Amino acid sequence: MKKSVFFGTLAATTLVAGLAMAGTLDDVKARGELICGSNTGLTGFGAPDSSGNWAGFDVDLCRAIAAAVLGDATKVKFVPTTGETRFTALQSGEVDLLVRNSTWTFSRDSELALDFVAVNYYDGQGFMVKKDLGVSSAKELDGATVCIQTGTTTELNLADFFKQNNISYQPVTVADDSEAQRQYLAGACDAYTTDASGLAASRATMPDAENHVILPEIISKEPLGPVVRHGDNNWGDVVRWTYYALLIAEEKGITAANVGEVATSTTDEEVKRLLGVSGDMGAKIGLDNAAFKNAIAAVGNYGEIFSRNIGEGTSINLARGLNALWTQGGLQYAPPLR
Amino acid sequence: MAMATDVPRDGFRLSMLVYDTRYRSYTIQVVVLVLFGLAVAWLLNNTVQNLEARGKQFNFTFLWQRAGYDIGQQLIPYSNDSTHFRALLVGLLNTLVVAFFGCIFATILGVLVGILRLSHNWLVSRLMTVYVEMFRNVPLLLWILLSYVLLSEVAPQPKDFRITDEMAAAGEAPAASMILWDSVAITNRGSNIPAPLFERGPGTLDLGFMTLNLNFWALVVVIAASVWVNRRILGSARATQESTGFRPVTWWKSLLVLFAPTLVMLLAMGFQLEMPELKGFNFSGGILVAHSFTALVIALTLYTAAFIAEIVRAGIQAISKGQSEAAFALGLRPGRTMKLIILPQALRVIIPPLISQYLNLTKNTSLGIAVSYLDLRGTLGGITLNQTGRELESMLLMMLIYLTISLIISSVMNFYNTTVQLKAR
Repeated sequence: MKKSVFFGTLAATTLVAGLAMAGTLDDVKARGELICGSNTGLTGFGAPDSSGNWAGFDVDLCRAIAAAVLGDATKVKFVPTTGETRFTALQSGEVDLLVRNSTWTFSRDSELALDFVAVNYYDGQGFMVKKDLGVSSAKELDGATVCIQTGTTTELNLADFFKQNNISYQPVTVADDSEAQRQYLAGACDAYTTDASGLAASRATMPDAENHVILPEIISKEPLGPVVRHGDNNWGDVVRWTYYALLIAEEKGITAANVGEVATSTTDEEVKRLLGVSGDMGAKIGLDNAAFKNAIAAVGNYGEIFSRNIGEGTSINLARGLNALWTQGGLQYAPPLR
Repeated sequence: MAMATDVPRDGFRLSMLVYDTRYRSYTIQVVVLVLFGLAVAWLLNNTVQNLEARGKQFNFTFLWQRAGYDIGQQLIPYSNDSTHFRALLVGLLNTLVVAFFGCIFATILGVLVGILRLSHNWLVSRLMTVYVEMFRNVPLLLWILLSYVLLSEVAPQPKDFRITDEMAAAGEAPAASMILWDSVAITNRGSNIPAPLFERGPGTLDLGFMTLNLNFWALVVVIAASVWVNRRILGSARATQESTGFRPVTWWKSLLVLFAPTLVMLLAMGFQLEMPELKGFNFSGGILVAHSFTALVIALTLYTAAFIAEIVRAGIQAISKGQSEAAFALGLRPGRTMKLIILPQALRVIIPPLISQYLNLTKNTSLGIAVSYLDLRGTLGGITLNQTGRELESMLLMMLIYLTISLIISSVMNFYNTTVQLKAR
């Protein structure tokens, strides 16, 4: 009997979750607020500033989606999730979508019943060490103690990398980025490994940033992107195409500043469809026809979001690299909007 | 009495289920049971439906897949090529080893503090009161974090132990050095202690599914045999004492039996210590006891000992004062009074609440997650759960394992309890 009771408790929690699954788009509209699963705090990607306002590269995508769905980029509630809790939070319906440096992998796509709808940042796993350690390559890390966030793909890549190179290491598992930084700075681990963008963001917040180096090896592919629940295809389309709208906007040179002017003056048919001047692209996925225009007006195009939060000149100082548009030799490529 | 004759004899009617006190309680019980069963069935049905709706299956096959992650502290061989089940076992052993050391240290400290709290020495008894009140009134998690932060922030980094060429030339000593004749190095990552090695031991035995460390088990067998022989010696001494009134001298026999075979065995197997040595980033050789383990054992010990001290004090105070006065009147010294008169009676009161403390300590090991100690909660309920996404299965399995451990501990302790209970003769 006792056992049945805890089966029951588990069932009760899953039941509450199940109710939220009907149609996320309708839920968000009815609620008048988008609930976005974000990082617990990763400068440049998703972190609250000193006055409690969330800002960052991932955060701006959430704001763009809120602008597209609700017409107001401020109607977003950010729920901080750790590497351990993020997918459960999404599956259980606690958040509408997850935009927090989550890597697209086969098993997450299939077994976890999630859908990665796009890749908003092409990344790879790297290592950060203190300069005075005198290490110039990750292959010299034999016997080192390495801090690693648990519940991540990087945990598995790390094990694979050291095995392939036939060197040993001592893992120190930590829950999130801030704990990893504390351990790393206290010298409890020689190296900290996570996505290279995450390392750059962590380094930017360290008091002695110049004393830390990110090693040249990138040991994995980490395509990071927004995640939604499997099976809610309409909501998936909304997230995917809002993101692509931001890409197309950069391709066509539409910015937050000139979007209103372009909408009246443009002769480009695709831009007209994008901004809702002609056709009914928004209505086809259950949004307002001006949805994408609102999104662009709220946060700007992909390039603007990138350079404002993590681009060269910011404290994170990341180059566009793989994340340049396909027209500039990068991988960011939006399917045609027609 | 009169009631029985008043009951009408015209058989059973349905309304009697409600109005007749003889049947009403059965009716209520049956109704409640049916409602409870329906509620459980409804919840189970919901779980199954929701899992299906989300396209997730319920099975345990993931346990046989490759784990792919590494574990810092492993008592049995494990690599990232091992299965999730193997990782579960590593985690389970890590849980058990903390619980084992925690229970032993907490009992020793708790009994000591409990007795000292009754001391007539004002300072000693007040100090013990302060200790008990301090530790049992602050959450355990804070003690764990405090011990961990103290260990990892205060101890030097491994590189502080290094002597560079310039330092050697200048005759400078490194910033930190090893203790206990250069055998133990305490860094901010853990304590490196010497590891026992056997040059001529029987080695290991491969059983296919697991390997046995024969050196270890040979030692266990020898020590167990020594203890058994020693008990026989003491038993025969007691028999002689009871029949003749004189106790034969046994201390040298006990010493010989307890230590000589083990020493001979160690010499025969070529016992030696492998010292930790600074190599590259860390000390290598020897055994690394991570600070997460040390901090967890220290915090669990100090916290649980405070409760055990109170249990011991209550047990001793439950024995009537007349007992010790009678013992003193017979000429027994205080030590022997405690050992022969008070403790055997106090144990009857102490053991049952002590069982709950052991169970608490064992379950509290799961707080090790706060200092990244990879116990059962960290492997099965942490990394495995995350990497495979099998929350329901992992949680149920974990609950089942904790339940089993707790039931085993309490049945062993209950058995011990029956042996110390007052026997009616």
